[in-house]
Amino acid sequence: MAILVDQRTRVLVQGATGRAGTFYTDQAVRYGSTYVAGVRPGRGGTKHLGIPVFHSVKEAVEETGATASLVVVPAPNAADAMIEAIEAGLETIVCVTERVPMHDMARVKRALEGTQSVLIGPNSQGILTPGQCKIGVMPTKDAKPGRIGIASRSASLTSEILANCSAADLGQSTTVGIGGDTIHGIGFVGCLERFKDDPETEAVVLIGEIGGREEEKAAEYLSSVTYGKPVIGLVAGRHAPQGRRMGHAGTLSVFGLETAEQKVAKLREAGVLVAKDASDVVSTVLKALK
Amino acid sequence: MLLSEYKSKELLSQYGVGVPSGRIARSPEEAEASCGAIETRKFVVKAQIAAGGRGLAGGIRFAATPSSVGEEARRLLGSKLVTEQTGPAGETVGAVYVEAALDLKAQYFVALALDPETGFPMLLASAQGGVEFEQRARMDSDVVRTLLLPDDDQDTRKALADFLAGIGIDDDAALDPIFYLRSAFLDNEMTLLEVNPFAVTRDGKWMAIDAKIALDANAAFRHPEFESLAADSGLSQTESEAQKSNINFVRLNGNIGVVVNGAGLGLATNDMVVDAGGRPANFMDIRTTATSFDIARGIDILLAEPEVTAILLNVHGGGMTVCDTVAEGVAFAYSRAKRKPPVVARLAGQNAPWGHQILKDRQVPVEAFGTMREAVARVVELAQGGKR
Repeated sequence: MAILVDQRTRVLVQGATGRAGTFYTDQAVRYGSTYVAGVRPGRGGTKHLGIPVFHSVKEAVEETGATASLVVVPAPNAADAMIEAIEAGLETIVCVTERVPMHDMARVKRALEGTQSVLIGPNSQGILTPGQCKIGVMPTKDAKPGRIGIASRSASLTSEILANCSAADLGQSTTVGIGGDTIHGIGFVGCLERFKDDPETEAVVLIGEIGGREEEKAAEYLSSVTYGKPVIGLVAGRHAPQGRRMGHAGTLSVFGLETAEQKVAKLREAGVLVAKDASDVVSTVLKALK
Repeated sequence: MLLSEYKSKELLSQYGVGVPSGRIARSPEEAEASCGAIETRKFVVKAQIAAGGRGLAGGIRFAATPSSVGEEARRLLGSKLVTEQTGPAGETVGAVYVEAALDLKAQYFVALALDPETGFPMLLASAQGGVEFEQRARMDSDVVRTLLLPDDDQDTRKALADFLAGIGIDDDAALDPIFYLRSAFLDNEMTLLEVNPFAVTRDGKWMAIDAKIALDANAAFRHPEFESLAADSGLSQTESEAQKSNINFVRLNGNIGVVVNGAGLGLATNDMVVDAGGRPANFMDIRTTATSFDIARGIDILLAEPEVTAILLNVHGGGMTVCDTVAEGVAFAYSRAKRKPPVVARLAGQNAPWGHQILKDRQVPVEAFGTMREAVARVVELAQGGKR
């Protein structure tokens, strides 16, 4: 078991024939994931990397039974691509594109309303169920199948923590990157709910940071349920200067009023074991599982 | 992309939002002369910088006569304002905005942003408008209330009227200005529109006394006008230079140059450096699209800062940013640098051994470590004058 994607997931790629699309499709297929279609308007009927290419998502779904999509479309068209995937009824849509305009994402959020689709991203490293399915841009070298669920807002920090987990023999059930943008698809709460119901996930690691409200919402959710599994947290940016934007976009003054300390305090109150720093996550997980 | 106050007001007034009459001035003489075009009994001279908090930093001055407007302008122009949002170096005042100082009956805070949950425009409002709003809001998040404004229709108007009454605005004349703000927000793809104070004058007019607008730089491709509207990207010169090289860079106060790929790992690395007693000179996030030449330019920036006495290289090689690319960039920058502060390298993930090999072969003064914690401890020691 895992959450959202596993060996039965059939992936199509929007923007499959571009440079990045080609690179990530090739890597995911080599990893053993099932990629069944590419979508590129005007290139339908051809093949790319041995995978059939279609004009539209709808056509690709009808012909191949695809259930998930990887969106690697340049930012100006990324929102339309996500909406096309939502309208075609795909279960999981992963957008790795960076710098998608915010008002476009507002449109995508409204298109998601009332549908069953789960959007991951944009500006996300994607989702990985080790040994079964990779949809995204993350390295897989250090990933290992196992029982730790990871949800994170940042790619390279996740790679770091994932490598540390694997080195300590803590394999992963699924790793989800919810993305670094203010408006995004699934959040920490959506990941927590699914990890709760996944019998093979024994503990969950939340990798948060300053800005946005993801950590607060996770804390509210965890206080409202009997979660039944240890949740380990990290909030990066404790020493970042206030009011300045540090790489990720989720730090507007009107939303980012809460400091890292306040986020940590709220997570602790909700029973989350908060690691001291990035290198302390594994020992915190080990302690929780003892 | 931040708009200066006067550009923000120009834009809002095009949508029908009331703003005090004013003129931009770049010299004391110009400031004094501009008073003739402003019909008022009292003036206010406001420093134009692309950061908030200027009221508390002395960037807003009242003046009764044109000659004292000139004096206040002389004092402000060319001076440096350090506010909570400018960073330690502050920002130099290049222009002032001379405006009619109005007699205000009540002041509120209003802002528009997109609701991250629903994607609808969201109004944030508070009865406690004015210069100290941010401090108050930070201490007590209940100071601000929110309302979604999905449409411009009767239902939304009704909801807005009720909402405004809840914060003490019991006046239908306030509704239209808020819908004008909403149109300006949507048409111009703003990420944030803040009017503080949103105020009512003694004669009952609702006005934007100050306004701050952030445009979405990611939408600039379909808004050619953004470039002329934006005062500035909100970045310092070094920071925008780094941006061009696909590197997010923020200058901080310390002496340890920090080179990291990814924003989250960058934040986490700086946390560990500070916890270990070190002072980062910067925050850096090498974006996945950066080439080794881009990275070399990022390192150049650090090597050009005389305060930087040691560099920490913390890279987790991933899908596209691989360790050898970063190492190549570092080696290239060092090969042409006059000053070569010691480097502490912790490389992991994709192509890590290859990256270490490049640094060694190209004679970068490097010490390699296997874990973040060891590398951080060592760089802090070096920066404090520890033995090479």
